[in-house]
Amino acid sequence: MEYFVQQLVNGLTLGSIYGMIAIGYTMVYGIIGMINFAHGDIFMLGGFAALIVFLLLTTFIAGVPVVLALLLMMVVAMLTAGLWNWTIEKVAYRPLRGSFRLAPLITAIGMSIALSNFIQVTQGPRNKPIPPLVSSVYDVFGITISLKQIIIIIITAVLLSIFWYIVNKTPLGRAQRATEQDRKMAALLGVDVDRTISVTFIMGAALAAVAGTMYLMYYGVVVFTDGFVPGVKAFTAAVLGGIGSLPGAVLGGLLIGLIESLWSAYFTIDYKDVATFSILAIVLIFKPSGILGRPEVEKV
Amino acid sequence: MSAPLLQVKAVETYYGNIRALNGVDVEVHRGEIVCLIGANGAGKSTLMMTICGSPQARTGAVMFEGEEITRMPTHEIARLRIAQSPEGRRIFPRMTVFENLQMGASLDNLKYFNEDVEKVFTLFPRLKERQAQRGGTLSGGEQQMLSIARALMARPKLLLLDEPSLGLAPLIVKGIFEAIKKLNKEEGLTVFLVEQNAFGALKLSDRGYVMVNGRVTMSGSGKELLANPEVRAAYLEGGRH
Repeated sequence: MEYFVQQLVNGLTLGSIYGMIAIGYTMVYGIIGMINFAHGDIFMLGGFAALIVFLLLTTFIAGVPVVLALLLMMVVAMLTAGLWNWTIEKVAYRPLRGSFRLAPLITAIGMSIALSNFIQVTQGPRNKPIPPLVSSVYDVFGITISLKQIIIIIITAVLLSIFWYIVNKTPLGRAQRATEQDRKMAALLGVDVDRTISVTFIMGAALAAVAGTMYLMYYGVVVFTDGFVPGVKAFTAAVLGGIGSLPGAVLGGLLIGLIESLWSAYFTIDYKDVATFSILAIVLIFKPSGILGRPEVEKV
Repeated sequence: MSAPLLQVKAVETYYGNIRALNGVDVEVHRGEIVCLIGANGAGKSTLMMTICGSPQARTGAVMFEGEEITRMPTHEIARLRIAQSPEGRRIFPRMTVFENLQMGASLDNLKYFNEDVEKVFTLFPRLKERQAQRGGTLSGGEQQMLSIARALMARPKLLLLDEPSLGLAPLIVKGIFEAIKKLNKEEGLTVFLVEQNAFGALKLSDRGYVMVNGRVTMSGSGKELLANPEVRAAYLEGGRH
């Protein structure tokens, strides 16, 4: 029983990270109907930005408080990733918006390869480790919970609340939802559609960057290929939850995290990715609209 | 007479290589109700959308308050206070009625929202009852009311209505036409509407245009057009044959 709960905690932590990445996929899909395959690399970029901030801080300033360091890492990662995603949307995706459906998808794969290669060349191909930032561990009724896990779960909860508030309660969020539901009508009501789409890319990137920072803190290492597997897992999470649905992305993320850690705990760890990606196939076959997604009917 | 509020000059609009508007000239003056009648596929809705820059006219010019807006992006045209209740109503289906109205008022950042929402609720009491309901679940008539109400929320100088009577029961059509007349009389709202219901529209309007195959073929006061034998034959008595 304790072992099971332990795995639940681990799974939730991992799932939080996937959920934060998945939101970027699902939002961009919702608003322009495109899968931004470079999104996983935005997450990796966030991890590297955080790494560089960490190295700069520890090199030049001795004894920076951990909280401050983490905060700074997060903010710089968000800005870097946001700027990058904003740029590729403007330069690579926007000109293709009226084009055939596969065009932006192929471009996104290209952007993904470009970004991971750029990081490989500039940062080197090897794993980049950092010393543990926070190492406290608590024992709660026989279950080991690390401070890292608590931080990840809390930050995810706080960011998702802010995010939920923006999307549902602010004029910006309303404009985003309107653009998602009927772009032409939104423009007729004075919504600057291009700007709204840009903001969506920036918001998705910022969440992915926080996920990248958390990932770096959790595993203590980042490498240029890190955009791929976690990126595709987050994509799986978005599909599982129902692509286009924000609560779905979070739910999907948590489920993928749980499946991965429970599979690793009770079956062979080597097959955890096989298990995860089998789910993608199964969902696509049996329930393409995902758990909380809406089937493509509506439209009068 | 002062310069018209809206002036469409020799406009040609294309969808790909297909010419939908073939040199259209239309004027709407402040305080007028002007209607555009014509058969299906004549280009009426295209003209409405061309005024809003979506699609943009390939040649010719659209002038609003004396300024050319032909090449302006759609959202900037909306900011000049040209509001449209477009073809197909285009209600945001997964937003509530209330949120749809908020979208209409987003130009002023909801500054006059509370005041204006009361006004449109008085005009269309049904919307008040339905305010928490999702737009996609409304009936056709309710969606039509919402579409007009949403356009009014923008405090328009020019209201464009694309077939406000489409698919509605005669009693509701009457109600909507009365509401338009009232807004025009009491608030001086300028209205340009497209209608297939030629009789009702011409009775309501100060002036009218007849469109055939992307061209304006006739124009005149509402009364003149109602009395015109060609108009009568083509648009008013057609149903009897």
